[in-house]
Amino acid sequence: MSQVIHTPPPTPAPADDDLAALAARHGLSVSGARPSLPEYIRQLWDRRHFIAAFSTAKLTSQYSQAKLGQVWQVMTPLLNAAVYYFIFGVLLHTKKGVPDYIPFLVTGVFIWTFTQSSILAGTRAISGNLGLVRALHFPRAALPISFCLQQLQQLLFSMCALVVILLCFGVPIAFSWVLAIPVLVLQFTFNAGVAMIMARMGAKTPDIAQLMPFVLRTWMYISGVMWNIDKLTGKGSGLPHWVAPALKANPAAVYIDLMRYALIDSFHAHQLPPHVWALAVGWALVAGVGGFIYFWKAEETYGRG
Amino acid sequence: MAEYIDEFTDAIPEPTDAIPGATVPTVVVDGVDIVYRVNGTGAGRGSATAALNRMLRRGQAEKAAGVRKVHAVKNVSFVAYKGEAIGLIGTNGSGKSTLLKAVAGLLPVENGHIYTDGQPSLLGVNAALMGDLTGERNVYLGGLAMGMSREEIKARYQDIVDFSGINEKGDFITLPMRTYSSGMGARLRFSIAAAKDHDVLLIDEALATGDAAFRMRSEERIRELRKHAGTVFLVSHNNKSIRDTCERVLWLERGELRMDGPTEDVLKEYEAFTGDKPKPKPKVAVAT
Repeated sequence: MSQVIHTPPPTPAPADDDLAALAARHGLSVSGARPSLPEYIRQLWDRRHFIAAFSTAKLTSQYSQAKLGQVWQVMTPLLNAAVYYFIFGVLLHTKKGVPDYIPFLVTGVFIWTFTQSSILAGTRAISGNLGLVRALHFPRAALPISFCLQQLQQLLFSMCALVVILLCFGVPIAFSWVLAIPVLVLQFTFNAGVAMIMARMGAKTPDIAQLMPFVLRTWMYISGVMWNIDKLTGKGSGLPHWVAPALKANPAAVYIDLMRYALIDSFHAHQLPPHVWALAVGWALVAGVGGFIYFWKAEETYGRG
Repeated sequence: MAEYIDEFTDAIPEPTDAIPGATVPTVVVDGVDIVYRVNGTGAGRGSATAALNRMLRRGQAEKAAGVRKVHAVKNVSFVAYKGEAIGLIGTNGSGKSTLLKAVAGLLPVENGHIYTDGQPSLLGVNAALMGDLTGERNVYLGGLAMGMSREEIKARYQDIVDFSGINEKGDFITLPMRTYSSGMGARLRFSIAAAKDHDVLLIDEALATGDAAFRMRSEERIRELRKHAGTVFLVSHNNKSIRDTCERVLWLERGELRMDGPTEDVLKEYEAFTGDKPKPKPKVAVAT
């Protein structure tokens, strides 16, 4: 306490040991320590209304300055699908051999966009919201989860557009449409998990945000978003035998194909990889649980330094 | 309770004796150092080789790798008690806000420890609010961000709006917040942040905004928060609001705790230090 000059402090400055003892005597806890995992989950659950309100607020503020307002929620995915149709369907003729190509393509684009934007938003969830992280207390996992929830809401708008497209192209309404719900739940869990992993990495190394678009674009092209992976198995492709099954087992392809299977009647079960539901659940659990624990491990470091 | 608030205006030598229940510490800061690390400030800043160098040599030679350390708070110790309002003063860049953030648990300490009773909250709901949303939705969003429940916010909604005075000149609460003047925005932000009862409340320059009437109301609200058995920290360059609200002042200079004592004593020294004449009856408080 040699810094104190002029007047003595009101309380005689005790030695360091005394301060720690004083704190212990009155049951004070160390500020900013990481809570235990069960406690963390409880805190996160307490903030569920904040998570929901934050994602909805982000979603509505996105287009609030636009003249057409919330119409863009549906317009943006439709325009996206139109661009891909023009390039891959009309110019490149990828549609050869794929029945119901437009529903096939649009489903792929929408489901892929959900994963892509969740991961991109997750990468910036901490590094892009430092002001919030540095001002308020809440379990930081609320941020990546909230951004994924925002993307899920966005996807639900897209799904409305998708239903219209499906009906326009003569895809019949079927019982299997109900399967879309478990697929979305699993995909959301997977996305949130990856978003939390990326959020921790992006918080430590912001450069990753620059790298992610390239990684994601590569991932998109190998996941059969606008073409059928089965084409690779054909003779003369020159690729090793295992490539196509491996590509079909990757999480993005699994969720996309499951959604196509659920919605499009001409997309048959034999086009799905073996044990597809086990894969879907497995990816969701591995990413969801692993990502959550990985994120929690660094909880006290976010927004610092 | 009203009597002891009056007592605060007089300099009290021993808060431990003067305030009932003041022997209960709420914040213990024990020999704390805070160091910021800033990337990309080395000589070869911005060039690719410098950046690569920085990545490859991370950890071993921070300085050579272009990481600069800023020692923002140096070996600060103090104890804050229940019911105290403590002002933090010091010239710009002396580490006041940094210290507050560390007390709130939002910045890591390099050395030492900070112990707190419950969760100190920084009065800084600003970051959670969105300019594109209406004031009404921001009240809910900000309240939820601070950890209030929907029912609590609903119950206090009218109080928050009335306190902010946003609706005094028309139905502004249903307009997007980006259309507010800076003063109106600041008033709404303070009202949202002050709506919650905090155990330990940390206020950073919040009172500098708003007109005279609103400043009076904010000071009143801070006194009220303190009555609810809390401890209030106030960072301000406005010596008058420090005088009006705090009975104890910590003076930080270049990251060091230069003085800790009753408001009048510390402010007198501080005003002498900054060359600011103490005003006997400050009518307009624009001391910045």
